[in-house]
Parts: sequence; structure tokens; C-alpha cells
Amino acid sequence: MFFLNFVLRNVFRARLRTALTIVGLVIAVLAFGLLQTVVRAWYAGADAASATRLITRSAISLTFSMPVYYRDKIRAVPGVTAVSVSNWFGGVYQDPKNFFPQFAVEAPTFFPMYPEFVFEADSYREFLRDRRGAAVGRQLADLYGFKVGDTIPLKSAIYPGTWEFNVRAIYDAKDDTTITRQMYFHYDYLNEQIKRIAPRRADQAGVFVVGINEGQAAPDISRVIDAEFKNSLAETLTETEKAFTLGFVAMVETIVVAIEGVSYVVILIIMAVAANTMAMTARERMSEYATLKALGFKPAAVAAMIIAEAFLLAILGAGLGMLLTPVVVKLFHAATVSVFAKMPLVAHTFYLQAVCAVAVGLVAGIVPAIRAARVKIVDGLRHVA
Amino acid sequence: MKIPASYIARNLWVRKLTTGLTAGGMALVVFVFAAVLMLDAGLKATLVATGSPDNVVVIRQGSQTEVQSGVSRDQAALIETSPEVARGADGRPLVSKEVVILNSLPKIQASGSNQLTKRSNVVVRGLPEMGKTLRPQVRINEGRMFRAGSSEIIVGKSVARGFAGVEIGQHLSFAGREWTVVGVFDAGKTAFDSEVWGDVEQMMQAFRRVVYSSVIAKIAAPELFGALKARVDADPRLKVDIKREAEFYGDQSSSLSSFITLLGMALSVIFSLGAMIGATITMYAAVATRTAEIGTLRALGFQRASILVAFLLESLLLAFVGGVIGIAAASFLTAITVSTTNFQSFSELAFAFTLTPRIVISALVFSLLMGFVGGFLPAIKASRMKIVDALRAD
Repeated sequence: MFFLNFVLRNVFRARLRTALTIVGLVIAVLAFGLLQTVVRAWYAGADAASATRLITRSAISLTFSMPVYYRDKIRAVPGVTAVSVSNWFGGVYQDPKNFFPQFAVEAPTFFPMYPEFVFEADSYREFLRDRRGAAVGRQLADLYGFKVGDTIPLKSAIYPGTWEFNVRAIYDAKDDTTITRQMYFHYDYLNEQIKRIAPRRADQAGVFVVGINEGQAAPDISRVIDAEFKNSLAETLTETEKAFTLGFVAMVETIVVAIEGVSYVVILIIMAVAANTMAMTARERMSEYATLKALGFKPAAVAAMIIAEAFLLAILGAGLGMLLTPVVVKLFHAATVSVFAKMPLVAHTFYLQAVCAVAVGLVAGIVPAIRAARVKIVDGLRHVA
Repeated sequence: MKIPASYIARNLWVRKLTTGLTAGGMALVVFVFAAVLMLDAGLKATLVATGSPDNVVVIRQGSQTEVQSGVSRDQAALIETSPEVARGADGRPLVSKEVVILNSLPKIQASGSNQLTKRSNVVVRGLPEMGKTLRPQVRINEGRMFRAGSSEIIVGKSVARGFAGVEIGQHLSFAGREWTVVGVFDAGKTAFDSEVWGDVEQMMQAFRRVVYSSVIAKIAAPELFGALKARVDADPRLKVDIKREAEFYGDQSSSLSSFITLLGMALSVIFSLGAMIGATITMYAAVATRTAEIGTLRALGFQRASILVAFLLESLLLAFVGGVIGIAAASFLTAITVSTTNFQSFSELAFAFTLTPRIVISALVFSLLMGFVGGFLPAIKASRMKIVDALRAD
């Protein structure tokens, strides 16, 4: 009890210094948590992927399409339960800054494979009935204020002209991992228009979404599909939806790795600040430590006091930082919602924050503790800070 | 009367551990700050250097990138016959009609990692012999140039370094053919280093394409660009966008560049808060331990302003040391080449950290700013002390 009391009083003796150090710790722990969360956010698409969906795309690259009749050949592969077509539209809404994904899909086969998109039965029927109909995700609708009945004009860099779509349905997410920041419309509508303006580019599919019975069969089914089109004009590459999504992250992996690396730099910075605080504190109190030793305290007890003080500082700062992390993440996500569909705050982040706090406390306390434990009583008593 | 500079410097030297830790924290912030600026400078330098001032790029109206563009043979011929286009010694127009395709290739991975194969999109450019003439910076490093009319390809040095299966003699299989790698070229740190080149007619046949992606033309003099643009814009048969090559590639850096800068600046500001707090703590301690000294200085006749300046200078010197260490550490980054997907072209681009005098100055100014803000309040406190109280302090 005496020990704890002693440490507590020491921590708050230099109030300004303690307060500044704690503020520094809070900022560092917050920044670390935010950066870790941003790194996680890149993988949100992969978290939302289903194990029973495969994506078949052109083996050359995503910018190449495949003949749409591949659909029926894929459908015939054993283990395949459903196949649908999805084309990237690349439309711009008013300004290139307003980026959101739009896909032309074969709705009757597409949405049964995506049970995580929850429709009202009526609006879903309306969407199917309208050739120019569009289904808009809840997040997207909230972002731009789209309502059922609105018309969305889109300019595409891939397909010439301005296209108009009628919002017929707004779908909701089934759970937290579902991303609803995209828009779907009818492939048939797109295809008919292309037939008129650029017949050579008609009847083409960007990717096929393939539904399978069980996730374990994915590698085998993928091989069979790709073998089917081997040596054809448009060879295919089939992978799980998760691998497909992770492929996008891999493209910008350097950036993701850099952000993660930088998140540890802030911990190093705060380690230096906290270590400095403890070093100064210990130097100023060297004569006190000598007095304690003269009174019979063991060197280990003196060292323990200093380490405990460093830990207390680290825990106070990190604790406050961790409490504030959800608030800051929420604010940050609100500002970047057009870039990141999801910003999931996971338990692992808090765990890492706690580990860093312990490391900061240990590193900050260790050198002064050893010094104080080693100081000779005579030298210490004579010490002038 | 001014307080001698040696007094200021010695005060830092006496408390080595504290000085080291505080300067170290600042060095880390400056390191991040400089690294971000260097990355951005490298990206811009690479893309700007890619374009030459006399070359123009013609792509389909509104298509923004070569990959999304399509220029018909008729349209290409119209551009070729424009009077502004330069002609070679043999009288042929200096025009290269090219096709650009994205091919996803497997990246080289660290040995022993059994993760799934990482692929990235590489620009495959089909071009005629004239294409190389228009890009004099390109040199064949190893092997030889591809032969016209064959399924041979050459790869840029960044592709050779970053991707698997592209060594000389190996084959790439795409569009129903085997393409043999016969050479590696060095494009002098431009975006072409991240491309694969082959014969344009062969590529068009293999990919069943009837239109080119882009037309590159050399104009007789840089000032003729306006005239050519006016002619092209006025011709109803040409639904194309025309840009100077330097501008065309410079524009491709805007998205990635603003992403890097925004993220980097936000981080630098947040991190600098930590470092400034460190400086404040250190300087407050410096003032507290030297109270009697300050009283003595004042009693000797030094003005309040001199005390203020002395402590501010001490903080600035501390930050300067941190800044220099940070820049020195960042300068080692120039040896590193970064390769990532450029959002705008959706293809892989390699670029190096580039240190410019401007960045050195910005980083030093940034560190001094941290020192000033961090040392300001302690310096005020020091200058406000009353002589009698200060002298009485133990």
C-alpha cells in the first residue's frame, strides 16, 4: 500500500510534465489505432467475400472481357449452382470526385447469390420490371441522398455518352461486414445500347460470378472452368471471391505496408518522449533514491518504483487513447466515406495498442531504474540535478 | 546584450540523454515528413520525365487513359498528314500508332512465402519501329530489340526486376500466343521502365483489335502544338483529345500524388504534436533546473529579451539537430524503388524516393517550426522570472 501511494504521489508531483506526457501518449495511441484501422479498411472487401462464390475473369487482365456465352459453359461444370454476368461500368456521377462502383448484372441470377443484400420484395420486383432500373445500396443512397424514383445520370469513360438510370430499389446490409456502397443495374439494358453504338463490343462479360455448392470444392471447380477455355481466344482465370478481392489490395500493397510501418514510427516517437520524461524525473530525484536506500530500501525496490511510475504513465495515456479511439475512427470514417466503404474497429487493434503501451512503459522506465538501483548512497546524496 | 551561443550549445551537450531522446523523437517526425515528400517527388519526376515536350498524345475523346481509348486507322491517318507533324530525313512523318493493353503478371515474391500469387497489371505496348525513335531515352540494356513482324517482346527494367517469368528467353502466354522475351530496356527512370513492348501489328492481330489505342506524334516545333490542337478540334471526323506528352503523363500522377501528400501531411502534423510535447517537456525541465542560473544572468545585466531568445535558440538548436538526423536518415531511402499500382492508369508503376534541395529546406523549416512551438512557452516562463525569486531558488 505504501509502495502504491508513493508511486502515485510521485507521478503527479510534476503536474505539467505528467500532463504533457499523457497528452502525448494519448495522441500517439490514437494515431496508432487509427492507422491500424485504416490498414484493416483496405481488407474490408475481402471480409465481405463469400467462400461459395468464385469469380471468373479474363486471364489477360480485368480490362479484357469474355464472350457472354461462356456463362452457359460454366453453368454445365459439375458443382456449379449458378452463374451470373457482371460488368464494371466506370460511370462518373456529376464530378470525378464522386466515385462509386456501378455494375451491370443479370439480376435474376445475380442477387440470389448475394443473400447479404436485403431487398423489400415490392421494390425488388419494381427493379426487375424497369429496364433502366437501378438498385442502390443503403450506404450509397445515404451518401448522395438517392431516393426511390430518382434518376441518376452517369457519364462513363468506358462506354460513350451519358446514361440515365431510375432508382427502383434500395437494399440493406444483412450484417456488419456487408458493403452497400455500390449500384447495380441491368446487363440487358447496357448490352442493347452497346449493340446500337458499338456492335463489336456487345455480348461481352467483364466477369462471371459463379455460385458453387461448397467452399472446399473451389480449387477443383476453378481448374475445370479454366481448362474449359484453355487455348481459346479469351482464356479465363477463376479464383474465389476473396482471392479476387485480395488481388486488388495486393496491387497497392506497398502503400498499405507503408501505412502499417509508419504506424509504428509514432510509437517510437512517444517512446522517446516518455523515456525522456522518466530520465529527467529520475535525475532530479537521485538524492531521494539515495535517501531511500540509506533508510534500508533494496536497490530492486527503488528500481521497481521507477518502473511502476513509467507503467502508470503509459497506462493512463494509453487507456485514455483507447477510450477515444472509437470516436476518432468514427469521425475519420465520416470524412473519408467516399474512399473507404467500411472501417471496422477490431479487437486486435486494441490489443496492439495495449502491447505498445506496455512496451513504452518498459522502455521508458528501464534505464533510469537501473541507474537509480546502481547509484552509491554517498554519490546520490551529493547529487545535484 | 546577447547571451553567447556557446552557453546555449553547452546546455544541450550537458544533458546528453535528454537531448538525444528529444532530438530523436523530432528526427523520426522529420524522417516521415521527408519520406512522404520524397515519394511524391519521385512519382512526379518519373511521370513528368516520361513525356517529351515535342511529342503529343492523341486518344479518344473523354477516355483519359490509353487503355480505355480507341483511335481508328482513318483518324490516325488524318493526324499523320497534318502539316504540324515533323518529318524524318526520309520524309516519313514522325508518328507512332500504338496499341496499349493491360496484362496481369505474377509478381516476384519473397522466397519461402507460400501466399497466393500476387498479380499486378503491366502495360503491354505494341508499337512500330518509329515508336522507339520518338523515345530517344530508351536503350536496350541486355539482349536485343524485338524484330518487326514477330512474336518477340522486350521488357522494361522495372518489369524485369519486379515480375516473374520475364527473363530473356522465357515466354509470356497471352492472347493465344507465346511471346518470347528477347531484351531488357532502360528508359532512364521513366514510366516506360514499367512496360512491356512488342510489335504493334502482331499485337493487334493477336488481340483481334481493329483500332489503335493512341497515336504519338512529334511536332516540328513545340509552339506548333496550338495550331495542331486547333486543327484537330475543328475536324468533325476526329473525336479525339490531344495533349502534350509531358502533360499527359503528368496528369496521371495527380490522383496518387494527392493521396500520398494528403496522407503524409496528416500524419506529419499528428506526429509532430508528439515531438513538440517532447520539446516542451525538455525545455520546461531546462528552465526549472536552471532557475538560479537565470537569476544570475539577469543580475549580471542580461535583459529579459536575451533570456527569451537564449531559451528559444536552445529549443531551435535541439530541433535543428533532430531535423538534420531525420534528413540524413531519409536520404538513405533514395536507394529504394517503390512499385505500386497507379490508380489512374490501373497499372504498375515503379518510382524511386527522390531527394531535392526543396525537400531538405522544407524538412528543416518544419523541424525548426516544431522547435519554436515546443520551446515558446518555457522560454516565456524563463524570461518572466523575477531576479530575487530566481536567485533564491535552490
